[in-house]
Parts: sequence; structure tokens; C-alpha cells
Amino acid sequence: MALIAVNDLSVGYGSQIVAENINFKVEAGDYLCIVGENGSGKSTLMKTLLNLQKPVKGEIIKGDGLKENEIGYLPQHTDVQKDFPASVKEIVLSGCLGRSGFKPFYTSADKKLAFENMERMGITELSGRSYRELSGGQQQRVLLARALCATRKLLLLDEPVSGLDPKVTAEMYSLIAELNKEGVSIIMISHDIGAAVGYADHILHIGGNVFFGTREEYLGSKLGRFFLMRQSRDDESMPLFKPRKKNPYSIMMSEDSGTAETEAGNASEETAAETESEKASENGVNAEQDADNGNEKKEVKDNDR
Amino acid sequence: MIDKLLFYLQYPFVRYAMIVGVLVALCSSLLGVTLVLKRFSYIGDGLSHVAFGAMAVAGVFGLSNNMIIVMPITVLSAILLLRTGQNAKIKGDAAIAMISVGALAFGYLLMNIFSTSSNLSGDVCSTLFGSTSILTLKQAEVWLCIVLSCIVVIVFILFYNRIFAVTFDENFAKATGTNAGAYNLIIAVITAVIIVLAMNLVGSLLISALVIFPALSAMKLFKNFKSVTVCSATLSVICALTGMIISILAGTPVGSTIVAADAIVFGGCCIIGALRKGN
Repeated sequence: MALIAVNDLSVGYGSQIVAENINFKVEAGDYLCIVGENGSGKSTLMKTLLNLQKPVKGEIIKGDGLKENEIGYLPQHTDVQKDFPASVKEIVLSGCLGRSGFKPFYTSADKKLAFENMERMGITELSGRSYRELSGGQQQRVLLARALCATRKLLLLDEPVSGLDPKVTAEMYSLIAELNKEGVSIIMISHDIGAAVGYADHILHIGGNVFFGTREEYLGSKLGRFFLMRQSRDDESMPLFKPRKKNPYSIMMSEDSGTAETEAGNASEETAAETESEKASENGVNAEQDADNGNEKKEVKDNDR
Repeated sequence: MIDKLLFYLQYPFVRYAMIVGVLVALCSSLLGVTLVLKRFSYIGDGLSHVAFGAMAVAGVFGLSNNMIIVMPITVLSAILLLRTGQNAKIKGDAAIAMISVGALAFGYLLMNIFSTSSNLSGDVCSTLFGSTSILTLKQAEVWLCIVLSCIVVIVFILFYNRIFAVTFDENFAKATGTNAGAYNLIIAVITAVIIVLAMNLVGSLLISALVIFPALSAMKLFKNFKSVTVCSATLSVICALTGMIISILAGTPVGSTIVAADAIVFGGCCIIGALRKGN
């Protein structure tokens, strides 16, 4: 049985539907990436999966012994957190609350779990530091460690790399991929389609057209090719390639000819190249990060003085 | 000077004032950190105006113990304001402003129309600025204050971790099975209780100061939640004590002296914080 099975789901606020006809399944160990344009309902779908709001129509079936509170969640940053005085340890520990029932204080098992997860995320030295002073990448690691305290089965990540620079982004992606290899199922929202096809094994595309399938199926589909192509254009923001027609999808529908084909082909080649370079840069990133850590230690010493 | 202080401390009403002052300062500062971080700094102000309106209603009905009416009304408003904060049609700050000025207006209106007192503006002034009420506390009121304060502190300590989680990231807490709604409710009720207690001390206009100043001062100095909470409570108690002693010795109004002490400490903390950053 699947961890999560979604049947004919419509999500939205009140009676207003944002996205509909959503069907997908997440098996244990899957890495699903939800893509779609801004406003296509990705975050609304995520909130519905997390039980933060009710589905407008359809059902979400949780199976495989997945309990209601066993979904770890990596949210987008909120305003409140910008100046929140909290140490890394306090935040990671708060992930254990879901499992501790009515006990008012943390047990030593909770503390051990928090420590293990901090170690896994490589943030043990930061444990006494204040969250608001950390870099974006470090903050994401803290929140990821907290999510891991809540679950070992399924992680929902909402735009985990937004606002991070390219190197930290690549680092974050490889961290997530590593967790996936260790058996944690991942559902990730992203509008970075390059990463989606680079790391995920299943893709859910929502918006006007809904697609669910493996990465290979997505890359072979018209929708996938088109979306990839358009995104790589947007990234380069070249006015030359602006679609001439109002509805971007209509190009695919009407001019499904040689030009579109080759452009789509180029696009997927580009993404392949991108992912390769990402992987190549990871090694470099580690070195950089070490240097970063060095600087931080220096800062800490300065503070001590 | 110490002789003068000891002389005043012989009177039970001064001792009562000291006890109530310290307890109220302690409770308000504990919750202050959460309220400031949840962007509800102004809730103290709003609720205290509601309490003011409720007091006017109690006065109209001629109730001798106005807590019976004031407490439930304030608690109810707090629940309405804090719980519906997220999905409300009227957003948080607007809702607070609306209820706050509305209650103030109706309260004054009722007092004016139905008042039997000969010194109306004196009554209003003492309710708003708490100039005398802390010195006229009866023994029963002091006991009530002690009991309620103990409950507030115990509840806060028991739910400390969950209050932290809900304040830091409500959605995550909800998604991982913490009943965020219930904890918001607890925060709302405790806030209302503290506000009603604090009205005796500083009056309804100055309550916000007790809630936000110690929390903001502590946030300038410390960087984790536990230290901020402890520091906020300590600063608040020290300021309340200093303020009350000064007001006894110099004959200044109690409420505004305490708030002035809080403000000065906040200024000091800002400077220390800036100096630390500079180094």
C-alpha cells in the first residue's frame, strides 16, 4: 500500500477551487516533485496534504502505517522567524513535540534524537547559536533537522531552496537526495524544473494540465518538454524567444512541428548539463563551506571577547 | 530615605500593592515575549480597553465586585481576537483597533450617562491610569491576584515548549500533531487574565508597556527563547519594584512610574545591545 494516495482531489479555499483533478500516489522511498507555475495551487495542495486545510473534493488516503502526525514539513520562511530569538537546539527539539503526547517537558530520548539529527545535518556546532543570525542555507538545515525529529517516513518540502545562492542550493539538493537514499520519502514543491527532473523520480505537474508519472514519462510528454523549454527561456530571460501567441500552451498544440521539437530537445540537454555541473560543483561547495565555517568560528571568538 | 520606606511598608495597603505589583509584572512579562513575537504587541491595549468598557457596565449594574463581569468579557474578547487572527475577515491589527476604541467609547458613554459618582473624571482617570486603585486593594483581591498569578505561571511552565513551538511556527506544529488551536486558546485566556490583573496596577492605558517593554529589552540582550523569557521576567519584576519604591518616596503616580522605569531599562538594553554588536 502507498504512503499517500490521492484520488480526484480538488484543493482551494472555501468553495473556490485552485487546482483540481489531482491523482497521485507516493510509495515508500519515492521522491516526488510537484511543479507548476506560480499560482497553480502548489502550496495549497501542500497545505491540504498536511491537513492544514480541508480538501474541496476528493480524498487523501494515508496508508502503510503512516500516522497523521508522521509527516515532517519544511515550510517557507515566515515573517515571524526573521527576528525570532531562538537557539538552533530549541528549534530542532520542538520537532519532537508531536511524538511526546502530553508530557510537558522533553525526555532524554527526545534530546538524543535532536542531537542525532543535528549531527546528520552537520549543524552540531551551531546548536547554541541564534537562528536569526544563521545564513539561509544553515537555517534550512535547522528546519530540516526539526522535520526529521518529527518523522522518519515522509518529508514535505515547500520550495526548500528559495532565496539560496546556487552553491548552497546544490548542497541542499544533494542533502535531500541523501535522505531519500536512506529511505525517507520526499515530496518537494519547486518551480525549479531543472532540479525536479534532476533529482526526483516522480513528477506531478499541476495547473491547467495535470500530469503525474515518472521522470522519464514527464520528459517524454509534451507538457514536460514544453515546461522545461519555457523555463530555460525564462531563466535566461531572452526577449527574442518570447512566445508570440497569448496562450503559451497553444504553441505546443498548434505548432507541434520541427522547431518546437528541437527547442525542447535543446532544453532537456541544457538541464542535463545543468545537473551535471551541479554535481560537479558539489565538491567545490564542500571546500567553500569549510572556509565558511572557519569564518564563523572566528566570529564566535570575536563575540567571546 | 530607608526609614521613610520602612514607615510606609508598615501599612498593609502598601505591602499589598508591592505583592500585586510584582506578581502582575512577572506574569505579563512571561507572556509578553510570545505576544511580541506573534505580532500581537497591541493586544494588551485592546483588551484593557475592553476591560475598561466592562468595568463601566459593572458600575452601571452597581456590582461591588466587578471582576465577575470584567474577567469573562475580557477573556471572551481575547479568544475572539487571538483565535480568529488568521482566517478572520477583518485582519488582526484592524480587529484589535476596532474592539479597543469601540469598548473605550461605550465604556465612557455608559459611565457618563449612568454615573452616580460626583467625581466622574476622577473615576475615569484612575481607571485609565490606575493612579489609586492599587493602593485601595482589599485582602480578598490580593488573594485572588496571588492565586491567578500562580495559575498563570504554572500553566506557562507546563506548556512552555508547546507555546514556543506554536509561536515559532504554527503550521509546522499543527502539521506534526500539536493542537495549535488549543494552545492559542490558552495563550488568549492567560493574556486576558493578566490584563485584568494588571489594570489595578498601571491602569488600562499603560498595560501594553508591561507586556512589551520587558520582552523587547530582553530580546536586545539575549538570543535564545529561554534566556529571553527569564531575562524579561527578571527585568519586569525589578522595574516594577523600583517603580513602586520611587513612587512611594517621591509621591509620583504608581503606574506611570513603573512604565517609565521599564522604558529607561529598554533604552539601556538598546545601548548594551548596540555596543555588543559594535565589538
